[in-house]
Amino acid sequence: MATHAAHAEHAHAPQAFIWKYVFSKDHKVIGIQYYVTAMLMALVAGLLAMLIRVQLAWPEKDYTWLGKIFPMGYDVGGGFGVMRPEFYAMLFTMHGTIMVFFVLSTAPVSGFGNLLIPLQVGARDMAFPFLNGLSYWTFLPGCLVILASFFVESGAAAGGWTSYPPLSALKGAVPGSGTGQTMWIIGMVFFIASFTMGGLNFVTTILNLRTKGLSMFRLPLTMWAMFLVAILGLLAFPALVAACIMLVFDRHYGTSFFIPAQIALNNVPLLTQAGTPLHQGGSPLLWQHLFWFLGHPEVYILMLPALGFTSDILSTFSRRPIFGYKSMVLAMCGIGFLSFIVWGHHMFVSGMSPYLGMAFAVGTILIAVPSAVKVFNWLATLYRSRIRFTTPMLWAMGVISLFISGGLSGVWLAQAGPDIHLHDTMFVAAHFHLIMAGAALFGVFGATAYWFPKMFGRLMSEPLGKVHFWFTFITYYGTFFPMHYIGIAGHMRRIYDPYQYEFLKPLQPINELITMSALILGASQIIFFVNFFWSAFKGKKAGENPWEANGLEWTTQSPPPHGNWPGEIPEVHRWPYEYSNPDAPRDHVMQHEPAGAAAGH
Amino acid sequence: MWSGFPLFPEQASTHAGRVDALYFFLIALTAFFSLLIGFMVIGFAIRYRRRSPDDRPPAIYGSLALELTWTIIPLGIVAVIFFWSADVYLSLNRVPKDAIEVHVVGKRWMWKVQHITGQREINELHVPVGVPVKLTLTSEDVIHSFFIPAFRVKKDALPARYTTAWFQATKPGRYHLFCAEYCGTRHSNMIGSIVVMEPAAFQAWLAGGGPGVSLASAGEKLFQDLACVTCHKADSGARGPALDGLFGRPVALADGGTVTADETYIRESIVAPSAKVVAGYQPIMPTFQGLVSEEQLLQLVAYVRSLKAKAPAAGAPPAPPVAAAPGARP
Repeated sequence: MATHAAHAEHAHAPQAFIWKYVFSKDHKVIGIQYYVTAMLMALVAGLLAMLIRVQLAWPEKDYTWLGKIFPMGYDVGGGFGVMRPEFYAMLFTMHGTIMVFFVLSTAPVSGFGNLLIPLQVGARDMAFPFLNGLSYWTFLPGCLVILASFFVESGAAAGGWTSYPPLSALKGAVPGSGTGQTMWIIGMVFFIASFTMGGLNFVTTILNLRTKGLSMFRLPLTMWAMFLVAILGLLAFPALVAACIMLVFDRHYGTSFFIPAQIALNNVPLLTQAGTPLHQGGSPLLWQHLFWFLGHPEVYILMLPALGFTSDILSTFSRRPIFGYKSMVLAMCGIGFLSFIVWGHHMFVSGMSPYLGMAFAVGTILIAVPSAVKVFNWLATLYRSRIRFTTPMLWAMGVISLFISGGLSGVWLAQAGPDIHLHDTMFVAAHFHLIMAGAALFGVFGATAYWFPKMFGRLMSEPLGKVHFWFTFITYYGTFFPMHYIGIAGHMRRIYDPYQYEFLKPLQPINELITMSALILGASQIIFFVNFFWSAFKGKKAGENPWEANGLEWTTQSPPPHGNWPGEIPEVHRWPYEYSNPDAPRDHVMQHEPAGAAAGH
Repeated sequence: MWSGFPLFPEQASTHAGRVDALYFFLIALTAFFSLLIGFMVIGFAIRYRRRSPDDRPPAIYGSLALELTWTIIPLGIVAVIFFWSADVYLSLNRVPKDAIEVHVVGKRWMWKVQHITGQREINELHVPVGVPVKLTLTSEDVIHSFFIPAFRVKKDALPARYTTAWFQATKPGRYHLFCAEYCGTRHSNMIGSIVVMEPAAFQAWLAGGGPGVSLASAGEKLFQDLACVTCHKADSGARGPALDGLFGRPVALADGGTVTADETYIRESIVAPSAKVVAGYQPIMPTFQGLVSEEQLLQLVAYVRSLKAKAPAAGAPPAPPVAAAPGARP
């Protein structure tokens, strides 16, 4: 009877196209909407990166042809096209902003979080489906505002993705500090509002809607990651909203949160018509504190889902229980907690007291310990396993690789002693592209291949997926690994023409190598988009459980119907990592199988 | 000098050697763990690939002893890194007492330098070899960062605030100076150089421009010209607090707090006098914002620093009376 009741309740899925696929309240549709939007934003931000790399490798070449495509970006007078420095500033500002917030926070968290949370905890939908739909329709205007800002007269924001005042607070500071910066702020506020709605849904759903028998310590590690990420977002993002609102007041209503007295712009002191100071008593460092209070937890918002996906994928394809489940959970909690007390490591050269600096350095370097635990636990999971080299497994091993290579350079930057020389150099760019961007990106690619059946009911092409992986893996390192070296040599970030500097001229061949690698990396992503759209419509049909995995999401159809399970929601009897139990008839025992199926864990 | 790829950037300060020793340790450590884990991943990937569909590996759920091992060992290693780095960091913050002082103002897009003896330079800084040099940095507009790769020294120059850095050059020569903090459209053109000279050559360079006035003397003249002296007198029941011997002392404020009279406080009291009013005085001082430049503020601060307790205001400034270049390059 209960089966019928539950079924009837959810049989009334909206039938009209607009309610089913556009203004949907179904978590799976919303997840896919988020995911696809983020991937389209990634195309834009990736294109900006290509232009940055071309400029850094060959600033002296003739770019008349690019000037035809981007008339605002190049001076083409006299038959010779040169990139404008303000366009370069806009490129790195918008590349960073879009990638960090609108791609790498969105695809893993809002995309896969929405898709997977109800499926993995055994719920019909998120706790607040309307709020969930609203969150996507708040996110989309944010994207549109950000994209539209490229087309306003003075161009998009150009104050760096960190938007440090006074550069971002004074409208005349750089061309993008006018309308472009205003739109940046509006876009960010939309984004944060949507992320907050999502976070409330995540926490509520994971705490309250778990199916019978699913205790917190039986959750897949992906769910733990989503739970922590939502908490981090809810606690950290308000600091940036507050900062953005203060910035709006400074820019438009004459307050002085971030602008001190006696400041001049382009040699003109900022005075009122009466000759009194326009601003008094603000501090640009206040923004840095507020921004990084968000900014550091934010990088773990990007990272933790990838670590969760990796654990799940690794366990499935090595046919082994995840090694040290509880310490994996503790490690993620530890990383999440520490992320709130380390923001000052972004400000070691800003003149902070050295004792305060050392407090931030202690917190930061302690993150190495839970991170090491995670890596060694993954290695122990692989040890004496039986690995199936599917595409998701390759991406998961890619995440491990990036987590180590990017994480070890974090040890350098965590300490003020070594950081002071490396601060604001390409070494920093190398570090965060490997760990934060790379691991998050590889995690998303792995998750896409792994959970594709639950998105579209089909499998992605394995050959295309593997080709895409190897191209991406090799060129990713080709692009970002040499940046460590040029950073130590003193090559700074955010410089429009490195070869104005005598001592950077010998580094041009390395910059050329990096750019060629980056161009191949960018082009390789075409394989992914082809694979994605081809497989979504023509891929091999996946059954309920194509990977022989254990989680609840594999107990229903692919793709799951509205309400997720046609019948009753399954009851849970064990954790999701019961692989290769010698007493069980199969090499995997699913979470919902009754206790008799195996000696449970 | 920079033919081909340098394996490591040039070392030209006492600090550079300390930083590089730590770098070599970190490189060794990073290489060791990268290779160790890399070989394990690749080795496991080859050795433990699935050979037949029914192959079933042993089920291992965890091992407390192993997990404690790889918690405690990294903890020990990061402790070593922390203490070593802290030592390097603190040494960069401990300015030697005998350092010569240089004041630097960053603006878009140049560095303006004033020596304590009055010489001014733009986008160049002449210093003697083997002598510690203390930099006091500030900015007229946005945030800049003073970066000398060969010295491994970098410090932000912030508007309305003084930051300090120091170095001791070890080799005569010309070294690159950059702005490392993105500061606007022409950020990458904000280039300068540090000229490190033998002490004798440095003295000759100092004397080269003819007689000039020291920073503190210039400040004293400004103090008269701006009529600061009418209120800030030592003798009377003056309208403004006396400044003799003020520098470095705690000051009681009207709102009950106290503040140490450092460079940043003195600067703020000139441009925003009502921000921190001294106890017992009325907030009647007008702002000098827009009337004095950042360089002049540094001169005034140098003058206030030079005022010794109970000495008459006209007392000799502490700066050596070396002849200086008056007509500093603009």
